[in-house]
Amino acid sequence: MDEARISRRGLSPRLWLAGGWLLLALLAAIFAPLVAPQDPLAQDLMLERLPPFWLDGAEPGYWLGTDSLGRDLLSRLIFGGRIAFIVAFAAAIAACLVGSVLGLIAGYFGGWADRIISRIVDIWMAFPPVLFAILLVAVLGTGLSSVILAIAIIDWTRFCRVIRAEAMGQSRMDYVENARIAGYGRIGIMLREVLPNVVPSIVALLSLEMGIAVIVEAILSFVNLSIATDDPTWGGIIAEGRLSIHQAWWVLVFPLITLILTVLSFSQFGEALKTRFDPVLR
Amino acid sequence: MSACLDIANLSAVLANGQRVLRSVSLTVQPGEVRALVGESGAGKTMIGKAVLGVLPSSVRIVEGDMRLEGEDLGKLQPKARRTLIGARTALIPQDPLTALNPSRRIGPQMTDRLVRILGWSGDKADKRVRQLLDEVQIRDPDRVLKSYPHELSGGMRQRVLIAAAFAAEPRLIVADEPTTALDVTVQKQILRLIAALQREHGTAILFVTHDLGVVAKISQKVSVLYAGKVVEEAETADLFAAPRHPYTRALMAATPRYTDPFASLKPVDETVLAGLAAEIAAADQAWRRPHG
Ligand SMILES: Nc1ncnc2c1ncn2[C@@H]1O[C@H](COP(=O)(O)OP(=O)(O)OP(=O)(O)O)[C@@H](O)[C@H]1O
Ligand SMILES: [Mg+2]
Repeated sequence: MDEARISRRGLSPRLWLAGGWLLLALLAAIFAPLVAPQDPLAQDLMLERLPPFWLDGAEPGYWLGTDSLGRDLLSRLIFGGRIAFIVAFAAAIAACLVGSVLGLIAGYFGGWADRIISRIVDIWMAFPPVLFAILLVAVLGTGLSSVILAIAIIDWTRFCRVIRAEAMGQSRMDYVENARIAGYGRIGIMLREVLPNVVPSIVALLSLEMGIAVIVEAILSFVNLSIATDDPTWGGIIAEGRLSIHQAWWVLVFPLITLILTVLSFSQFGEALKTRFDPVLR
Repeated sequence: MSACLDIANLSAVLANGQRVLRSVSLTVQPGEVRALVGESGAGKTMIGKAVLGVLPSSVRIVEGDMRLEGEDLGKLQPKARRTLIGARTALIPQDPLTALNPSRRIGPQMTDRLVRILGWSGDKADKRVRQLLDEVQIRDPDRVLKSYPHELSGGMRQRVLIAAAFAAEPRLIVADEPTTALDVTVQKQILRLIAALQREHGTAILFVTHDLGVVAKISQKVSVLYAGKVVEEAETADLFAAPRHPYTRALMAATPRYTDPFASLKPVDETVLAGLAAEIAAADQAWRRPHG
């Protein structure tokens, strides 16, 4: 049994591919000033629209080419990753904390707590999320913290709904009843008997939410509602790339690939982690 | 000396007013095994849950009282009641899989209760749990304590739950069909284990079952339940020698091994059921009058 388990762990390419990409992108973002080949903001009209390294006319040191202002695309993507990851972690963790706590309470305690929380979730979900985000940022003002706040405010319901349903199922389990008979308090039971069983879902949702936060941030910066400074963001680069698609397709294609890879990796990584956290599935 | 468990005139209704328990009275003396027998839906589990204070929220107790070693459970504050029930009772459940938390290892699940509820030291709890695992004939306690529930067989899980139930030396154990979810071969072993530990520890057991064979093997007293009403109660030996209530007789006739081991299971006789329905309707009529 142990052998089978080890070999199955070793054979999870999904986990390794997704985790590998995320680790690579994260490390590059953290150490951006060290690993970026160029200054991401340096403009040079002599170097505008250089193609990627395998095409004619490429310059060494500008691996993925340059944009219409002569800025190095790879360096901009690496620095753009900083904003993406900060937003991903901060917004997803905030949404996760709020949503999971409320979901646990609603699902486990039921009754009035559940009715109130579920009602709020219903009202919340009636807003289309992207519109909601744009509205919130318009109200809160642009800037990194408003983007994070907006995503957390919108997406806590994702956690709340799933965790509520799972906690509700858990609360009917015999081991929860056994703990009641033994004399444990309600909060103690919620934390000791219910929470460990919903952690795999929380982890999967958290990772998925990080991917969603990356997309939302990209959308907001695409419509110029994200950060106010001229630091590169993936959404911003995509917006610029769209304008020069006929002269320099790479300025659109590479940030899109980066974005898609990152979002997919977050969701795959979450699923793989869930299976691994779950004592019955793994 | 007061009874270990004394239930008097306990009635309970569902939210829609339907009665699930009809003036149930039964006692379990210290160290005695009382079987509670009846067909599915009779309310056996409800009685157990009422005693342990875990009735579903849709079920409401409308009259009667329950005493645990002389303490009136209805008169205690909720917190004091929980503490009392936690310290003096335990449950051996029907389904040993859902009664164990799938994401926690067996060891902590077993010792937790001793440490947190009874205030024992971790060492003392660990020793105690190992001793009990030995009593239920688990020979590799280290592996079992480190396992997750799904890594053990059904029989092993039920042994673990029996050990856990006896570990805190409760005065009363409610065993709710503890063998129904198991293989026939394992059922016998588990039954023998419960009987052995019961004798060893002198624990009173309210033993819920629908199997008269089990009743005969394990209990000294028996209450027969039908539609939430105790229709007969007797010493087990007397019940089998001379069942008084027609329903009890029908139940015995329907259990082939007491008449003809080769006969197939027969349904309870129609006329008996009609008689019972009348009896219960009359009881409800009498009950409704004072209660509106
Ligand atoms: N959670 C619940 N809410 C409302 N009614 C319930 C609930 N659980 C059981 N009942 C009803 O209460 C009655 C007694 O059920 P109970 O579970 O005590 O029967 P039982 O004798 O234990 O049967 P079994 O042998 O099938 O376990 C049944 O009519 C059942 O439909
Ligand atoms: Mg039952």
